[in-house]
Amino acid sequence: MTTLKSLMIPHRIVMMALFAALVLWCAVTLRWDWIPKYTPLAMQGLWNTIWIMAVTTVLGFLLAVPLGLAQAIGPWYLSIPARSFCTVIRGTPLLLQIWLLYYGLGSLFPQFPWIRSSELWPYLRQAWPYAVLALTLSYAGYEGEVMRGAFSGVAKGQLETAKSFGMRRFTMFRRIWLPQAIRNVLPTLGGETILQLKATPLVATITVIDIYAVSSRVRSDTFIVYEPLLLLAVIYMVIAGLITLAFKRFEVKLPR
Amino acid sequence: MPTAASADPLPEPDTRAEAIHVEDLHKSFGSLEVLKGVSLKAKKGDVVAIIGGSGSGKSTMLRCINFLETPSSGRIVIDGEEVKVNADGSPADRRQIERIRTRLAMVFQQFNLWTHRTLLENIIEVPVYVLKVPRAEAIAQAKVLLDRVGLGDKIETFPAFLSGGQQQRGAIARALAVDPNVMLFDEPTSALDPELVGEVLTVIRDLAAEGRTMLLVTHEMKFAREVANHVVYLFEGRIEEQGPPAEVFGNPQSQRLKQFLSSVS
Repeated sequence: MTTLKSLMIPHRIVMMALFAALVLWCAVTLRWDWIPKYTPLAMQGLWNTIWIMAVTTVLGFLLAVPLGLAQAIGPWYLSIPARSFCTVIRGTPLLLQIWLLYYGLGSLFPQFPWIRSSELWPYLRQAWPYAVLALTLSYAGYEGEVMRGAFSGVAKGQLETAKSFGMRRFTMFRRIWLPQAIRNVLPTLGGETILQLKATPLVATITVIDIYAVSSRVRSDTFIVYEPLLLLAVIYMVIAGLITLAFKRFEVKLPR
Repeated sequence: MPTAASADPLPEPDTRAEAIHVEDLHKSFGSLEVLKGVSLKAKKGDVVAIIGGSGSGKSTMLRCINFLETPSSGRIVIDGEEVKVNADGSPADRRQIERIRTRLAMVFQQFNLWTHRTLLENIIEVPVYVLKVPRAEAIAQAKVLLDRVGLGDKIETFPAFLSGGQQQRGAIARALAVDPNVMLFDEPTSALDPELVGEVLTVIRDLAAEGRTMLLVTHEMKFAREVANHVVYLFEGRIEEQGPPAEVFGNPQSQRLKQFLSSVS
């Protein structure tokens, strides 16, 4: 824990003063007058960034659990497809996956009249479902591999003990195996969630308005280049910091 | 012994029910035959100590009884109920073996407390999630048991913060929480520092004194002699010699047992 006292060391004071001067210089000499005009749009974009990140990590993780389990203990007809999926997802660029889904699947759907007339069409004609799908599959691919290791890494004795007490297999999975597997990879999952946050700007390429898209919009409207990007960097850092804090709290709750 | 202790060798009508009956148990790991036909009976209230050198198959035998290892062949009868098996020896009825396991509580060499749960949560885990005991009831009972093994002040502690002896006493409390018909101890003190062995043995001794049925695989010869009423000596997957502790330890017949006893004492 950083205490106030530990900050009051000469070299640290100098560093902080330099940083404050930098911030002040940015505030005074750079142009920020565009901010009020774009605040509503930025809020919308920020909200999109956050919910897309949150929803895709949760959904992706829910997919990663069976993917990891299939690879760890599944029979070949489950483990081979699971491993192939993870390999393909991890071996191809996310941008490519997003575009394949949006321009491929998204342009295939309208050709079928029954899809166009279905209840889902109002959603399928928008961009965000494809963004959510692509990011979910991507997170699932990476985390599926992480969970495979996590499941294999739980000590055999822990599970054997549950078995020796007559615990049913599903109860054992829910009460012992899964919680221990997740606990073991919490630090990794925290890092991967931040990577997921930083993958979200790619959705701007398929017309989803996230916070990154807003900064591009400011640039093309006003020809102001650096200021929106600087602010954007700060915003991503703040969100990443919050994610780190959240995972830290989880880790403290679950000692090894 | 002057008093009418359980080790009384005189034949008398024994009406106690049979708790465990193992018949002609074989177990191979690949081409390695670890158990070569072991038979064993334990009645209710018996304390059977299983001794033998490393690799003699004593742990494997214990683990076959609750099917943590699948026996290659042989019959296992628990409380008069024979475990149904397939042709390959694996349990034929999963529900049956799960039900039987709830009556056999095992204490492991490595304690195996669940590391992601506090001590109290460890104790109530099986009662609540296997035996479906109401949570409040399970907690009340767990506190009594933890008091009994001297861990009443550690209920919110995670296993990682307990000493080996404390963990093993916690593991014994966890086993007691299911009120087992038979307790299986698999070298319960072998992973402990010497100064922590005593506290665990004290707990086991108390359980023996109150008439718990137990199978105890151990290297503590003095302890086995003191608490057991029947001692089994395994050598290379066969029972070389068995009998009351006074005879097995005091007057060993086979050359191998004599050698074994002189090597461990």
